[in-house]
Amino acid sequence: MFAGYDFDAIQRSLPYLFREGMTFTVTLTAIAASGGIVFGTLLAMMRLSAFRPVSMLAGGYVNLMRSVPLVLVIFWFFFLVPYIGAWIIGAREPVRVGAFLSAAITFTMFEAAYYCEIMRAGIQSIARGQVWSGYALGLNYWQTMGHIVLPQAFRNMVPVLLTQTIILFQDTSLVYVISATDFLGAASKVANRDYRLVEMYTFAAVVYFIISYSLSLLVKRLQDRIAIIR
Amino acid sequence: MKYTWHWQILFETEPGGTGTYLHYLLVGLGWTLATALAAWVIALALGVVVGTVRTTTARWAVRLGNLYVEIFRNVPLIVQMFLWFFVVPELLPEAVGDWIKQMPPPWGSYVPAVLCLAIFTSVRVAEQVGAGINSLPRGQRLAATAMGLSQFEAYRRVMLPQAFRIILPPLTSEFMNIIKNSSVALTIGLLELTGRARAMQEFSFRVFEAFSAATVIYLLTNLVVVLVMRALEKSVRVPGLIAAGAGPQAGH
Repeated sequence: MFAGYDFDAIQRSLPYLFREGMTFTVTLTAIAASGGIVFGTLLAMMRLSAFRPVSMLAGGYVNLMRSVPLVLVIFWFFFLVPYIGAWIIGAREPVRVGAFLSAAITFTMFEAAYYCEIMRAGIQSIARGQVWSGYALGLNYWQTMGHIVLPQAFRNMVPVLLTQTIILFQDTSLVYVISATDFLGAASKVANRDYRLVEMYTFAAVVYFIISYSLSLLVKRLQDRIAIIR
Repeated sequence: MKYTWHWQILFETEPGGTGTYLHYLLVGLGWTLATALAAWVIALALGVVVGTVRTTTARWAVRLGNLYVEIFRNVPLIVQMFLWFFVVPELLPEAVGDWIKQMPPPWGSYVPAVLCLAIFTSVRVAEQVGAGINSLPRGQRLAATAMGLSQFEAYRRVMLPQAFRIILPPLTSEFMNIIKNSSVALTIGLLELTGRARAMQEFSFRVFEAFSAATVIYLLTNLVVVLVMRALEKSVRVPGLIAAGAGPQAGH
């Protein structure tokens, strides 16, 4: 089975795979995760708002994002972002946007919907008394949220947020559909150039597995530690 | 910056000459559903077996189940898709591999896509089944054993029927996930709904009409799934058995 396995093909392309591909993947994951958590938290606060139009707007956005496939969302933004850019700067023609920027916007907007649901559960897990005490102390909404509710909600949800980030890390491989050179894109380019599909795709699978699995073990350990402290 | 909409495009003939673009997309929906449903049946069967085995006392079986879950959970779906499509036929004996590679389209992509989605989703089903069984009161297992039921019968008659009812809502969202995930099959050449929306955009240059139409079709499909599953949940509900509220979960 491994008789004709060309390990050398992998070794030769290692610098390209990691320096180009993995850098793209990791940067994209970091940007989308941080942007998605911030935007997702705002969305969660909107969804829990007592003012109906605001909560319905956020709810509609989240449900829309969660109902369509990520691949379709990637296509949507790939074509939409140039128009939005032109609209913002008032240009007549769609602006040129690179695959990385397009992917970063897509994943931030898409993952925000998922982070929103996690943060919403986190906020709802905080006892109502905490909010009331905040108001009783004379804090306003933003102070109560920022100093009392969100720190606790965030802390309770850290394991789930991290698990979602591991999923995001895996999902970034879908930028393949807009021909971006992430880790899988790099592997696929080498695979097609050298006709080494078996080697490159099994190697990509192994690398993704090792990274995701070790991260998930870390999350599990973190979860146990948090559980003891509480 | 203005975009001129041209919705009539949906009723114009697509270049393949099989009918209108709308018809072209709906055939894509057919392929999406055919892929998702076939994969779902396999995923349920595999997931129930793996999920149940992981709650038993047979340690080697638990380990094997854990290994299965970890492998297929930690590799991205698109990479798994490529493994099934490009790698598996090469690793099989040559005659079998050639037979797979020579399957006429769309079966050449359909079969790997179904296998890939089935196994990818079976892991998630297995986790739900395991969680459902573990959420049952311990007394259920003990009582079943005290009644003289074997372990198999205890699962078959007592624990699984209750666990299935508890996990029906999360399974609904897994089913919606498999419909969405089937769009990844476009990377191995299956012209399902998203793939056809992309193709329509390339043929007609009507980008946003194509993607809007596909989005609306996905939304309507989801709506139908939700309504059907809600009716199913109602019809199998056992009065007094309250489903344990599942915690927030990561997903996509």
